[in-house]
Amino acid sequence: MANIKRSPWLLHYDGSSCNGCDIEVLACLTPVYDAERFGIMNTGDPMQADILLITGGINAQNQPTVRQLYEQMPRPKVVVAVGVCACTGGVFKDCYNILGGADTTIPVDIYVPGCAARPQAIIDGIIQAVDLFQKRLDEHHEKKKQKKSGNEVKANG
Amino acid sequence: MSTTKIILVICYILFAPLIGGLLDGFDRKISAKMQRRVGPPLLQPFYDVIKLFSKQVIFVSRYQIFFLLSYTVLIILTGVMFFAGTDILMCFFVMSTGATFLYFAGMVTSTPYSTMGANRELLQMMAYEPAVLLTCVGFYLAEGTFNVGQIASSNVSAILYLPGFFIAFIFILTIKMRKSPFDLSTSHHMHQELVKGLTTEMGARNLAIFQVTEWYENVFLLGVVGLYIINCNPYSLIAAVLVVFATYFLEILIDNTSARVKWDTMLKVSWGVTLFTAGINLIILMII
Repeated sequence: MANIKRSPWLLHYDGSSCNGCDIEVLACLTPVYDAERFGIMNTGDPMQADILLITGGINAQNQPTVRQLYEQMPRPKVVVAVGVCACTGGVFKDCYNILGGADTTIPVDIYVPGCAARPQAIIDGIIQAVDLFQKRLDEHHEKKKQKKSGNEVKANG
Repeated sequence: MSTTKIILVICYILFAPLIGGLLDGFDRKISAKMQRRVGPPLLQPFYDVIKLFSKQVIFVSRYQIFFLLSYTVLIILTGVMFFAGTDILMCFFVMSTGATFLYFAGMVTSTPYSTMGANRELLQMMAYEPAVLLTCVGFYLAEGTFNVGQIASSNVSAILYLPGFFIAFIFILTIKMRKSPFDLSTSHHMHQELVKGLTTEMGARNLAIFQVTEWYENVFLLGVVGLYIINCNPYSLIAAVLVVFATYFLEILIDNTSARVKWDTMLKVSWGVTLFTAGINLIILMII
């Protein structure tokens, strides 16, 4: 089975963040933290992305965008909510326009807390996401195998 | 066709993606070192391609894969013809046809970023095509033949007659290898103003095919660089390999030290350099 753990490509979407977490996400790619040593690349293209990184809460205006980005990503895919706003809505939770965290719109797998989330925490979140990414591919292959063997049994029986 | 040529062709088909991928890995590693980063592992490009092949295939247009595969086949054919020692003019014609199929692969999706990227790809072709054609003319004037086999087995290295053509070719290599400042249509770096330009609508398997084809193409282009150096002396092969590595390092250096330019600057500069260096060289060759 293919080892896809070594090549996670990110898609970073800024919901209604204050830009604090966005700066920290970009800090992960600087020479100090150098996320590329894990093969992590920050693509701007959902068609080529594996991990969706969301910062900031969801509001009525960006909800369709977030949903569309998620749907445009090919399987297997993982969603990481970075920062407390993306996790729960944070300090903006009770604002009239905020619907809540990213999980109000799409299924979130990993929650990275913090205001703003530290680069170490973000990289840790991505590494956990990578494990899940591999697990999803393996499960997909397993299902395919079972389906195939099931068909064979049917054909023989 | 002699056995050595058959062996060379088989080696190209089998090992060009490996060499191209390794060169790409070195590129990313050296770039990281230049930016004082650790950088990804050397085999990172291969990990990327393996992952891309195992992802779900989503496509915007079902004809894209046809155009992409045509591009792949034509680029491999270019390399095969080159390493079989046939006509260099034909090699470059086949390469240009392949590049046109890449344009169609971007265009067929009819999405804004991809279309704009494809248009820029055409502009890039316009910028590098004169230098490519002049390279063939130069080889003919210097060696009296278009045949790659005969050029490679001549008594004197072609670069002694064609230093200006060599500079022009190295210059357009930056465009062809999609290195900054001329990575207009699509970039190897994370972001650009057109998201991913030409490759925006290529995901999973399609992107992997594009990537592998690029490796084939790079090996062919570096082969042409080597052709300038190589002569009947077997030691010239070592010199050719050294020059190829030096050229590749130069491209990485240019990539890391320059910002992307607009298309009109690219066209002016590349045509200017081509006409100036290759043009003067051509006049001198014709007078002597």
